[in-house]
Amino acid sequence: MTDTYLDMVNSGLGKQLAGKLGLPRPVTLRRFTADGDFPSGSVLVLGRGAAGDVAASALLGWDLDVRRHAQDVDRVGAVVIDYTEVESPADLADAALELASAVRKLRPGGRVITLSRPAPGIGTGAASGTLPGARQLTPSQAAARQGVVGMLRSIAQEMRGGVTANGILLADDVAADAPGVTGALRFFLSGRSAYVDGQFLTVGDDRGDADVDWVHPVAGKVAVVTGAARGIGAQVTRTLAASGATVIPVDVPAAGDALSKLANELRVPALQLDVTDPQAGQKILDLAVSRYGRLDLVVHNAGITRDKMLANMDQAKWDSVIAVNIESQLRITETLLASDQLGPAPRIVCLASTSGVAGNRGQTNYAASKAGVIGAVAATAPLIAEKGGTINAVAPGFIESDMTAKIPAARRQISRRLNSLQQGGTPEDVAQAITFLLSDAAGGINGQTLRVCGQSLVGA
Amino acid sequence: MSENTQNTAQSTPATGTGSGAAKRAAAPATSSAPQGGAKGARAVVVAGNRIPFSRAGGPYANASNQDMLTAAIDGLVARTGIAGERLGAVAAGAVIKHSRDFNLTRESVLGSALDPATPAYDVQMACATGMETVSSIANKIRLGQIQAGIAGGVDSSSDAPIAVSEGLRRALLKLQRAKTTAQKLKAFKDLRPGDLAPSVPSSGEPRTGLSMGEHQALTTQKWGITREAQDELAAASHQHLAAAYERGFFDDLVTPFNGLTKDNNMRPDSTVEKLGGLNPVFGKKLSSEATMTAGNSTPLTDGASAVLITSEEWAGEHHLTPLAEVVDSEAAAVDFVTGNEGLLMAPAYAVPRLLARHDLTLQDLDLVEIHEAFASTVLSILAAWESPEFCKDRLGLDAPLGSVDRAKLNVNGSSLATGHPFAATGGRIVASTAKELAARAKETGKPQTALISVCAAGGQGVAMLLRSV
Repeated sequence: MTDTYLDMVNSGLGKQLAGKLGLPRPVTLRRFTADGDFPSGSVLVLGRGAAGDVAASALLGWDLDVRRHAQDVDRVGAVVIDYTEVESPADLADAALELASAVRKLRPGGRVITLSRPAPGIGTGAASGTLPGARQLTPSQAAARQGVVGMLRSIAQEMRGGVTANGILLADDVAADAPGVTGALRFFLSGRSAYVDGQFLTVGDDRGDADVDWVHPVAGKVAVVTGAARGIGAQVTRTLAASGATVIPVDVPAAGDALSKLANELRVPALQLDVTDPQAGQKILDLAVSRYGRLDLVVHNAGITRDKMLANMDQAKWDSVIAVNIESQLRITETLLASDQLGPAPRIVCLASTSGVAGNRGQTNYAASKAGVIGAVAATAPLIAEKGGTINAVAPGFIESDMTAKIPAARRQISRRLNSLQQGGTPEDVAQAITFLLSDAAGGINGQTLRVCGQSLVGA
Repeated sequence: MSENTQNTAQSTPATGTGSGAAKRAAAPATSSAPQGGAKGARAVVVAGNRIPFSRAGGPYANASNQDMLTAAIDGLVARTGIAGERLGAVAAGAVIKHSRDFNLTRESVLGSALDPATPAYDVQMACATGMETVSSIANKIRLGQIQAGIAGGVDSSSDAPIAVSEGLRRALLKLQRAKTTAQKLKAFKDLRPGDLAPSVPSSGEPRTGLSMGEHQALTTQKWGITREAQDELAAASHQHLAAAYERGFFDDLVTPFNGLTKDNNMRPDSTVEKLGGLNPVFGKKLSSEATMTAGNSTPLTDGASAVLITSEEWAGEHHLTPLAEVVDSEAAAVDFVTGNEGLLMAPAYAVPRLLARHDLTLQDLDLVEIHEAFASTVLSILAAWESPEFCKDRLGLDAPLGSVDRAKLNVNGSSLATGHPFAATGGRIVASTAKELAARAKETGKPQTALISVCAAGGQGVAMLLRSV
């Protein structure tokens, strides 16, 4: 699905017109490329904490031009702000105002990234209340920490030119040099996070590997993607394969023709399977283990919509959505966790939805299932951690796909503009976020739900 | 799909780094590595695939034989994850074939996800084409000539070739040879208006002029097969097929095509009562009551099937789990032209010869698949085996072969329900039977044996034995 408005406002006349009329001016986002997957320009590291120094050395390790003062640079590719040591709301000002002086120097596709610590209060996609080693905070400390959240989300809304702003939350007992922190920093700088905006990733422990090959972050892994025949699932399959994994695509028998084309393209076996089959988990394991010796990664992507206003909802529509979107995930994950045939660092990513976060008119059943995914992921995190693994969710917002192409044209135009990037995301954007969460670089990230929504105004 | 994961897990699976890429590098299209295996190797069915069968004039009306065969092969390649592999051979065919499809199977392979360096050949043995391709590929494996191959078949009754009349054809050929205007005009001299009518292929026997249905009507009458018995068999076929779909049996045997996800001839709610309301279509001119209807005869059908057959060694190397061994097959033919035997009765002769060769009786079999060209074909063959006269006079046996336990017969439905795209039927039956054998062997812990029998035009028939591995 092409966004003709986006194409228009990026052409000569359309650009002028949109500027004069004050219309939204979305830009083509900086997406992942195998060479030079960093913002162009210097990286400004602000804030006084030790975490800033650690981040700066990581940035230098990636051959980036790192500066510590805004006045030293003309072209800024990214700004990293260390707020990990803030104790009171007054501690936010210095770095915030220095960032202010650098905002106009930010290049298109640039990044603003905060490093801070979690506090109870506003949800940040993390199971923050359940983080191990959480410190007892004074009201002032909590205010300062939560202040970062509000500030970062406002920055994200103010940015233009495809600049995004995201935050990394370091659990209290996680050091700044934990692999997950470096991994999250790399992700937010990368085109792999193009459509992730205004979001936080919490690093809960020091597991993982910061030195993964960034072009092939899942190299050598054996993966399964459900709902893989088309749309986001097909893209996730392709992106994981391009990122080094051997991926077995799974979809219902009725989608077998598209599934077999994908499998043949990637030279892997296709598995025609209904995820609601009570044996689905075992069948997935059997195929992966018999063909490739083990199973490392699973993407629970299969999902359906049966939209109706609640007043018109019937049993079949309700039950089928719950069965496919959440119950199948629960059952398959349970089977996988009971198995001894998983790889040493099993990782699962589940597809949630912004509808699960914010609710959506006409989607009581769907939102129930997708919010359920977010809850299940948080509760499964400690279980899979025992096996050395992680489980996370991504919650896509408006993604240009077959599903959203069915939305009436006017409503679709509005929906795709209602986010900070003023455009819909692509299946590739979702796939890239999933690929990161499945990589060992994300080993310290567990039980989280990452929104891939361009900071949708819905349920922010 | 993998009943035997422990076995394969213990072998050395291709774990680790980008095995897809590694496999690609190991098998370049121009590989000169030999494809042969050990002489005396067992040939095993590893997997099967077909597109849903469609009644003629349905969703596949505009699909060619090549389109459908390619889709069946590609679905099989995807199911087994062997895209890019060079196989030893692909054998397939079609009964109704355009002259331009002289290399149908090879062209389908070239359009498929297989390595283009995979050789292919066409086979034609009427409705037994699919069985003959299975037999041929299995034999090559047993001889050590190849390690892996695909057997299959396809037919389209919708996209049938239409030829010009014999008179017009001769005139056109003469025209092609003509050099002068006078010669060109002369080419049409003998043409009559009737020659302009197109010649459409029919299922009539060339030597008798009778359609297959009329031939079977004679056999039905001879064996006194009742209307009720035929309708019961037809209803069971639909019910068995529907139940198999319901329990997901076809999840790894069928890949959708052109928007069709299930056989569209299937009537899950079919009953003897409903079938009883249909008017007879064959045998209406015979002395006895006509019993053969559209409900207990197979409709014209479009479809394709493919079966992967390999040596056990090749299956192991590719981490694929064999379903069943292709043990042996036997072809028979009868003299139907003089009326000495019924057109579709050859399997009644092929089966006892095959069983004798393996020291088996009908009752030793765990599954029996008899292709339902017509319900009465199956019933006539069963009746013949129960007849002491037939078994003595025609087969030279001291005692009748006896009866087949109906609980073992066509357990997942057969051609009356799925339809019968002539050359595709053998592949359908072999794949489904191999899967059922594997499942039953796993369930019972005992080896299972199946018999398959398929009749064909020209008074021919092929029988085959499959055994669980």
